Amino acid sequence: MKGRMVRLAGGDRPAVGFRLDGRSLEARAGDTVLTAVLTQVGSLRLSEFGDGPRAGFCLMAACQDCWMWTEDGGRLRACDTPVSEGMALRTTPPGDETWPTRAS
Amino acid sequence: MADPRIVIVGAGPAGCRAAECLAAAGIRPLVLDEAPASGGQIYRRPPPALDRPARSLYGADAAKAEALHRSFDALAKRVDYRPATTVWGLDGDRLFVRRGSEAAVVGFDRLILATGATDRVMPVRGWTRPGVYTLGGAQIALKAQGVAIGSPVVFIGAGPLLVLVAWQYAKAGAKVAAVLDTSRLADQCAALPLLAARPGMLARGAGLRLALKRMQVSVHQGVSPLEITGDAGGVGGVAWRAPDGSLRDVAANAVALGWHLRSETQLAELAGCDFDFDPVWRQWTPRTDRFGRSSRGDVYLAGDGMKILGADGAELAGRLAATAVLEDIGRLPQGARPDRLERRQKRFARFSRGLARAFPFPAEACRSLADDALLCRCEAITVGEYRATLQRTGASELNRAKALSRVGMGRCQGRYCGAAAAEIVASGETPVAGAGRLRPQAPIKPLPAGVRAGAGDQAEEA
Repeated sequence: MKGRMVRLAGGDRPAVGFRLDGRSLEARAGDTVLTAVLTQVGSLRLSEFGDGPRAGFCLMAACQDCWMWTEDGGRLRACDTPVSEGMALRTTPPGDETWPTRAS
Repeated sequence: MADPRIVIVGAGPAGCRAAECLAAAGIRPLVLDEAPASGGQIYRRPPPALDRPARSLYGADAAKAEALHRSFDALAKRVDYRPATTVWGLDGDRLFVRRGSEAAVVGFDRLILATGATDRVMPVRGWTRPGVYTLGGAQIALKAQGVAIGSPVVFIGAGPLLVLVAWQYAKAGAKVAAVLDTSRLADQCAALPLLAARPGMLARGAGLRLALKRMQVSVHQGVSPLEITGDAGGVGGVAWRAPDGSLRDVAANAVALGWHLRSETQLAELAGCDFDFDPVWRQWTPRTDRFGRSSRGDVYLAGDGMKILGADGAELAGRLAATAVLEDIGRLPQGARPDRLERRQKRFARFSRGLARAFPFPAEACRSLADDALLCRCEAITVGEYRATLQRTGASELNRAKALSRVGMGRCQGRYCGAAAAEIVASGETPVAGAGRLRPQAPIKPLPAGVRAGAGDQAEEA
């Protein structure tokens, strides 16, 4: 799907390459991970409780509804982590690891 | 004798002014702040690549924002400033902090908590759909990232942020589908005598409503939001009931909602400070004297984390708390006149009571939420499941209800479900204070796996 968030200001900024679920995408310098992802796709992660995708909520590091995965199995909070060149992000747990959800 | 170790948590308006006062008295406080740059949420600075003129970032408050940033930056070496540092726990006179993947313990002799506030929200059916954000979140997207949460956007809630953020979005070029205000004109009229304590602010609020009208944004008052519609892909629109009982809806791909703010009080709770229920704001806040001294002799509070007084009130509260610290350690400069600060603070408090009266929290709407609405975002627990647990177990207090239902136990620790959960626990004729308050647990913010002890204990360095 296309991006959810719409760029309105900030002008021309250098591109920052990152990966999302294996796809190569481009963000802008100064973007948070949340901005980088949501200007391209519709959500950040799946709720662990089987009720569908989530795309963050508070944007001030309080609600914890924007924790994403990295390809190497790490977690990061998308709203207060700056995107950086070469970051490899995932909306779902990497590899064969199955994250127990209420739905599964 | 060595200077006492004075630690400030938070570098928003309150924390920055507290630091400035202490530095002026020759004390070098340690300032711990979660954000990468000072300013707090209200005067948040965008990342350097996205910097824009203050006027376009902070509007009518540009001068205040710049003054705060300038004064804190000018302190330089006179404060030990640690940005991007999260305080996640407190035990006795020690703080537990994390910066990136490094953990440390910081000791203090006196602690000023200037931890700010987050949006107070009410669950609305469909509020976990992608595209729904808090009002504060929607504003951060625009200010700090130059993006809109979507377009067109519906704004739902009550309070000063509602029309402000809607106006900021319209002005920045996003389409505002509607502003749905749950408060009524009658509420605002009743609050006028209190709001008159700050005529400038009152005029600004009225001016924003007029400006929205001129931009042909429809503002509806006395609205009952029914559902944020859409599908798994995200928001499709909002359905609501108008005051005349008619059912209305509007299409949008994003929603911002909020009803004022709620104080971030977790560290004060862990410190064991006494709390009182504030009937005006319908929330529990730490008990303090006029200067921000808590019930614990070595812990002080300032800013929205103590009481919702807004940015100007927070700056004053920061100065007052620092004054109290200086007085208590016998370092208050000659000729200090804290009584002047206090008089202004009384005016801010009066205005704040006016705002609470003008834009009431929709407590009744919380109590009558539909059973199939999600109450807990973190763990996807519905209002119906919560009510069933309360009924089955007879739980009549929030923490008991939390243990039995998990509502308030998720990653946000009840920051976003707590206000509504309290109303549901109280229900019927019981006042909401009777439900008690959710007890936070350390870590008050999640710690990623792999956090390790830092090279040196910061307490030793400080």
